[in-house]
Amino acid sequence: MTTIEPPARIGLAGGDVEAPPLSPGQMAWRRFRRHKLAMANAVLLILLFVYSFGGAFVYSEAYANYNDTTKRLQPPSWEHPFGTDTIGRDILARTIYGGQISLLIGITAVLVQLVIGILIGALAGYYGGLLDSLLMRFTEAVLTIPGLFLLLIMAKYFTGKVPDITLLGRTYSGSVVVIVLIIGLTSWPRLARIVRAEFLALKENDFITAARATGTPNSQIIFRHILPNTVAPIVVTATLSVAGAIISEAYISFLGLGVQPPTATWGNMITGSTNYIEGAPWLWFFPGLLILLTVLSINFVGDGLRDALDPRSRPE
Amino acid sequence: METNEPLVRVRNLKKHFPIRRGIVFERTVGIVQAVDGVSYDIYRGETLGLVGESGCGKSTIGRTMLGLYPPTAGSVNIAGIEVTTARGAQMRLLRRKAQMIFQDPFASLNPRWTVSAIVGEPLRIHNLEPDRQRRDERVKELLELVGLSGRHVNRFPHEFSGGQRQRIGIARALASNPDFIVCDEPIAALDVSIQAQVVNLLEDLQTQLGLTYLFIAHDLSMVRHICDRVAVMYLGGLVELAASDVLYEHPLHPYTQALLSAVPVADPKVARKRQRIVLQGDVPSPINPPPGCRFHTRCPIAQPHCAQVVPEWRQAQPDHWVACHEVEPKQGF
Repeated sequence: MTTIEPPARIGLAGGDVEAPPLSPGQMAWRRFRRHKLAMANAVLLILLFVYSFGGAFVYSEAYANYNDTTKRLQPPSWEHPFGTDTIGRDILARTIYGGQISLLIGITAVLVQLVIGILIGALAGYYGGLLDSLLMRFTEAVLTIPGLFLLLIMAKYFTGKVPDITLLGRTYSGSVVVIVLIIGLTSWPRLARIVRAEFLALKENDFITAARATGTPNSQIIFRHILPNTVAPIVVTATLSVAGAIISEAYISFLGLGVQPPTATWGNMITGSTNYIEGAPWLWFFPGLLILLTVLSINFVGDGLRDALDPRSRPE
Repeated sequence: METNEPLVRVRNLKKHFPIRRGIVFERTVGIVQAVDGVSYDIYRGETLGLVGESGCGKSTIGRTMLGLYPPTAGSVNIAGIEVTTARGAQMRLLRRKAQMIFQDPFASLNPRWTVSAIVGEPLRIHNLEPDRQRRDERVKELLELVGLSGRHVNRFPHEFSGGQRQRIGIARALASNPDFIVCDEPIAALDVSIQAQVVNLLEDLQTQLGLTYLFIAHDLSMVRHICDRVAVMYLGGLVELAASDVLYEHPLHPYTQALLSAVPVADPKVARKRQRIVLQGDVPSPINPPPGCRFHTRCPIAQPHCAQVVPEWRQAQPDHWVACHEVEPKQGF
């Protein structure tokens, strides 16, 4: 006897409620997976994280900061694959610990940026009027100050005034916190303007009027109705800002005002190499290459996310 | 049908939007008189149609009535709640008892929420079904009430057609058991075949649930079909209000007459015999509306005093309101 199979959808759902379909997040992930360049760079980015955080199991921090001046400026060898620096420290170990700092600075600075940027942008865009005018004039004021100038002043002022902190078994010098705050506090205006523009457009939608007609409080309209609809531009800006923050850290450290030695960062490792650009290129080549790869891969991932989070494109 | 008890009472409602210029220090450079002094009642269980050209202030009336725009002047009373001054618990009650259905079925549903979250929102906000599971059950009931499958609760709006999305919007409006629903051109964005379905659904729901509608539209034949009484609006003010059949058969105001003569008739013989009243000129700007009767600039029967004296909103015949100097009141009334 032949039986007719019920359609799969009914069978899966037990006849009651059909299974949840692909959420916008799952749709985005499908689109992202099809973006080959972004996927390749996402893998590279993961490898860079594994390198920086996994490498800690191979070399200790004490080893990264151990100096033996009899072994200074040695070119790459089996004992020191990336060579040694001006006071005989192992560059491979230092790029590992420096990478931790650089990546952490990149991520945490962007978290600071996200909190401030989203809050200011959302309030200005949603409420409009005088609040909008005040917040946006403030934002523009921050934007007009040259970023590097502000970074240097604040770095100079705060250095040495913040105590060290210990996190996950590693002690970070206070200068790391300072750098994170400085980068976070100077990078939010761009995000705030993007978020505000999104809010201005979205709040005119009927679904917002419907929520207001239902009595939904403003806080819920902002955070549950509008904010989820601005996720695409926020995620893209945030990823690109991670790259920006890593570069900012590198150039503040390069100018000698960033994270202070012996704590290594990719940026301050390059600082130490300025006098040996031709004589000992391994000093700047390896940290420079790592910065390049990180920033490049983050930018490509950001590009892929921008395409993936656009709801108008559909996975085939 | 209507009893003699008004559920909604609107008196001299005004909504002016200032036009502002300047950064931080704003100054008002003009005022759009979107709604300027309208008065009417809506009886319990009836459908009041509100028709008029684009931009005449129809939607603004609907939204101001629900307190979504603060009114400039006047009063709105819905089921005993004074909308213009309601706060706190009164306001929450109003938000439950008065709801709204929108024109654009694509903009009126949050694209990132599931149907379950959208229709369940009023239940959640008003704490009508605090239990998650009970709430989902209620959402399924509501979807079935509007002719959708309760199995689709986990879908997103983009997985539905325009007509289905409009039904979701109606289900959301019904969730909090309202008495009064403002239907802001609910069928204007739909295909003709779907329009009839949605209109029939709205009528069925009205009978089943005893709803009262303010039906904003510009499709005059559809309005005649669904509405018990019809109000005609021109440039921010009401010009005529009467029972549908009376208004369509014996319009008193020259604007209403012109408007109705523009409705296409399916029978070519009738259409050829009909006299089409074509109005001259354009609708004046609501920023600087004409003095006196707002319609005098285009009115075929305008007299000199029409440009000076604002016509009174009065009953020319029992329950037939009109704002025109030239309409004679019925004898003995």
